[in-house]
Amino acid sequence: MHKLLKDHSGEKMFLLGNEAIVRGAIEAGVGFASTYPGTPSSEISANFFQIARQSDLYFEYSTNEKVALEVAAAAANAGVRSMCIMKHVGVNVAADVLMTLAYVGVRGGLVILTADDPYMFSSQNEQDNRYYGKLSGLPILEPSSAQEAKEMIGYAFDLSEKLAEPVLFRTTTRLNHSTAPVVLGEMAKRVTMGDFGKDPFNYVTVPAVSRKLHIKLLNNIEKAETISCDSRYNIIEGEGAWGIICNGVSYNYVKDALCDLEVKDKVKIFRVGFSHPMPGKLIKDFIDGCEKVLVVEEGEPYMEEAVKAFAQEAGYTHPIRGKAPELFSRLFEFDPAMVRSAIASYFGIPYETSDLPDLSDIPDLPQRPPNLCAGCSHRATFYAVNKAIEGIETIRPTDIGCYTLGFLPPLSTGDFLICMGSSVGTGCGFSKTTDKKIISFIGDSTFFHSGIPGLINAVFNNHDINLVILDNQTTAMTGHQPHPGVDMKAMNHDGFGRVSIESVVKGIGVEHVTVIRPYNVKKSITAIKEAIAHKGVSVIIAKQACTLFERSLKKQVGKPFYVSDKCKNHRDCINDLGCPAFFVEDEKVRINPTLCSGCSVCAQICPEHAILPLRR
Amino acid sequence: MNIKRLIIVAVGGQGNLLSSKVLGEAACRLDVPVRMSEIHGMAQRGGVVESAMIFGDAQSAIISDGEADILLGFEPLEALRALNRCNSKTVVITNTSSLPPFTAAIGKGIYPDMEIIKTFIASKVSRLITLDANALAKKAGNELSVNMVLLGALIETNILPITAESIHDAICETTKQAFVDTNIKAFESGRVAVQ
Repeated sequence: MHKLLKDHSGEKMFLLGNEAIVRGAIEAGVGFASTYPGTPSSEISANFFQIARQSDLYFEYSTNEKVALEVAAAAANAGVRSMCIMKHVGVNVAADVLMTLAYVGVRGGLVILTADDPYMFSSQNEQDNRYYGKLSGLPILEPSSAQEAKEMIGYAFDLSEKLAEPVLFRTTTRLNHSTAPVVLGEMAKRVTMGDFGKDPFNYVTVPAVSRKLHIKLLNNIEKAETISCDSRYNIIEGEGAWGIICNGVSYNYVKDALCDLEVKDKVKIFRVGFSHPMPGKLIKDFIDGCEKVLVVEEGEPYMEEAVKAFAQEAGYTHPIRGKAPELFSRLFEFDPAMVRSAIASYFGIPYETSDLPDLSDIPDLPQRPPNLCAGCSHRATFYAVNKAIEGIETIRPTDIGCYTLGFLPPLSTGDFLICMGSSVGTGCGFSKTTDKKIISFIGDSTFFHSGIPGLINAVFNNHDINLVILDNQTTAMTGHQPHPGVDMKAMNHDGFGRVSIESVVKGIGVEHVTVIRPYNVKKSITAIKEAIAHKGVSVIIAKQACTLFERSLKKQVGKPFYVSDKCKNHRDCINDLGCPAFFVEDEKVRINPTLCSGCSVCAQICPEHAILPLRR
Repeated sequence: MNIKRLIIVAVGGQGNLLSSKVLGEAACRLDVPVRMSEIHGMAQRGGVVESAMIFGDAQSAIISDGEADILLGFEPLEALRALNRCNSKTVVITNTSSLPPFTAAIGKGIYPDMEIIKTFIASKVSRLITLDANALAKKAGNELSVNMVLLGALIETNILPITAESIHDAICETTKQAFVDTNIKAFESGRVAVQ
């Protein structure tokens, strides 16, 4: 049985923040969950996927976040406690649903988890999704630890049902990916089926209905503020004339800093866990009891702006600071020393910084950048494209997935990237405004997520672009989740359909469609040359399963290669492919047989045919 | 309880996440407060994997530059690169078996000589402990148990409030049944190597 399904109430388990969140949802009796995978939220869905196979919980990987939220919105309006999980930028995709779902509301609890990523460990931006609370009018909860995240999920479901609207649950990478002992609670009975009570004059958002619903939403915001003021997650701790208002993981850094600075008896902390609506009355009282206030929050000055507005309303003139050149930045994530030093400087507490070693004499160290795996089919495709376009000026928009790494040398494939699916739409724009050949790259999962509308646009508006769909038959980047093109039966999962990328592309009306096997280098180059010679929309589907995934499924069959004595050190292999299985020893190229997956691409491009299969 | 801060650096695939999990489970068994955080987004693509573990009465799950009490390096170059996490009182333990990054392997950048790495590290911190964890793991029966060898060396320093017995229990609980014996053997060989 899945460890999070076991009824070990009262016991302590060493859980990842994301696991604690899943456990919290199970304890709250969640019956339905949907997602599009995205770091740092991915482990939540991975656990739900496994749990759904062992219980009556329904879970799905939806095509994208918008669909995921629509699916969950309906489930919640059928009265089933539902959860929808996504990374912060996923909320942008789901925002169209979110903004009006806030009007419509829910009957069963709906918790929408947004996993923000300060510092952009694995994201294209570090937007602060607390503003989605303000924008939509929905409540936001923010935990500070794994234990609290687990408890707070249950509270979020109760709150959602009390207000009859979705609740946003905001985490950051350090919460999602931190592990700590968590005491388990009792599990509520799971309800997975409900019914939908028709009420079109409250559920069908034509203008006349929405005008009424917006009034309801504004009333709800007032109710929510009252609840926020009474919430056990808006905590005031300690005594003293100095005030600190903080949230999320920053709270932990503040607590440690006050111990380190030995000022626990001088500082009052207001930890905001229910951050939209902000608890106005409590904040005003808090400010009034302080000489000066420091706001400690990663990201944007979301709380700081609110706190200053409350102070203005109350006519207070206490100093309130947060984001400032000498205090906190809006950039990146915080760490304990940064918070300690800002607290010391703001309140004038003497503090010695730790003695950092002088590392100026250490030589430049070779970098260890992430790289496409040995045998990755994307490398083979990029190589073939690079060969096919020799002498042609191109712009090559890329997209989000492992293959984004192809923008690094030596493949250097990738000129423009904004968001999921943008390779196709931006390709259309470049094709009309430049005289370069446009070759866009998109992965299979990303194609389903948001590449299809762009391709339809290209066909309808007759853009001259070539789209290369890198079909490795999984969502590799986030940990090999399935997508609509995956053969689920082959992975022993029953009850799934399958959508063929080729049929979709042909159905859209693309005239020139070619399927290539990227490990076959010569044929691939020829096919790509033909496709880019086509005026109009052409699509190449590069089909080859993710080698890392194949290995993990123990399906790998390729035998490793080695460099024989015929090698004349041209080094095309290293210089053009950059496969991590290569290394140089005594000025000779060698292949690490444990890394080599036997894709044979290097053997095909070696001018001396010096790379041969290793016979054991 | 006295706070101890540990940073583990490794290259994706070296199994450091399992070793930090074992450490965390052991701490749980002993009722030692523990928090851990990991950055492993690129682990499978040859990047650096870093874990921070904080034992004792602290709430933060990350460690600022210069504030590690111990640095455990699974790979010598990465141990050297992580020196900014240390201070003059830090104890550094590093594996001496190297995994040159691809950039160095193809001649873009030079992998420093092992003696130079050792000298640099030793000159910046209070104590450097080195061992060839790959060789010891191989001897214990499985080259993949490098993580357990290094865990042995770590526990033997007695800096963390974690006992060898609790690690044994955590290995039994956390690692695959078929590997438990080799893992314990590897763990013990790491302890002996630094005695």
